[in-house]
Amino acid sequence: MTNKEYIDYVNKKTPNSKILKNTVLAFIIGGLICCVGQAFSDFYRIMFNLSAEDAKTAVPITMVFLGALFTGLNLYNKLARYAGAGTIVPITGFANSIVSPAMEFKREGLVLGLGAKMFTVAGPVLVYGITASVIVGLIYYFIGGMM
Amino acid sequence: MAYLGSFIVGGILCAIAQILIDKTKLTPARILVLYVVVGTVLGALGLYDIIERVGHAGATVPLMGFGNTLAKGVMKAVNEKGFIGIFTGGITAAAGGITASILFGFLVALIFTPKDKY
Repeated sequence: MTNKEYIDYVNKKTPNSKILKNTVLAFIIGGLICCVGQAFSDFYRIMFNLSAEDAKTAVPITMVFLGALFTGLNLYNKLARYAGAGTIVPITGFANSIVSPAMEFKREGLVLGLGAKMFTVAGPVLVYGITASVIVGLIYYFIGGMM
Repeated sequence: MAYLGSFIVGGILCAIAQILIDKTKLTPARILVLYVVVGTVLGALGLYDIIERVGHAGATVPLMGFGNTLAKGVMKAVNEKGFIGIFTGGITAAAGGITASILFGFLVALIFTPKDKY
């Protein structure tokens, strides 16, 4: 193998192994965050006798609280450096996406700084999520009756 | 078993997002939007129930579960209230998570200041 071939080979291989490493880390840390959610779900159902339905509301509230708190403590961002999507996809990442820009822009004022920047990412998520739910509702209302 | 399912299903949902970020350069914001919309569609089709049965919290904690909640809520409200349910169902079902996000997000951002920048 000549030097050039070797360099080409390395260039082709390096990004892929990096992607593999990122993916494995995202899998493990994302999976563990979900296990924390499962632990809270069990805890609420056993200790507080919450119904499965109520636990489904209580768990996201808890996870959002923890995601926001750990972002404030600057621990979530440290974890995110390794976990990538593993810390973005869980609802804790949604909380992180609210707190991070809000803290950052707090110096620009409590209304247009903190208040507005909270929704840099959360805003689009709500816009598309709610619009999608209305479309689902419309289709279900007009077609669902026939099924 | 619930923990194994949570770990694997939650892990897979995160791994897919990581591959999308690395391969397509989708930003995290677009990933979150994509996941909510996909979750809403899968929820509407009743397919997310299957993922949830296997994945437990691994299906409800990722943002896709939020989409599923929106879809389930709107369909339930249409059944109960008719047309007006199209407008109220989604947010009503997701109210806890949305209110918590805004409240805790606001309080934490108010109390803490960003530390190191990297």
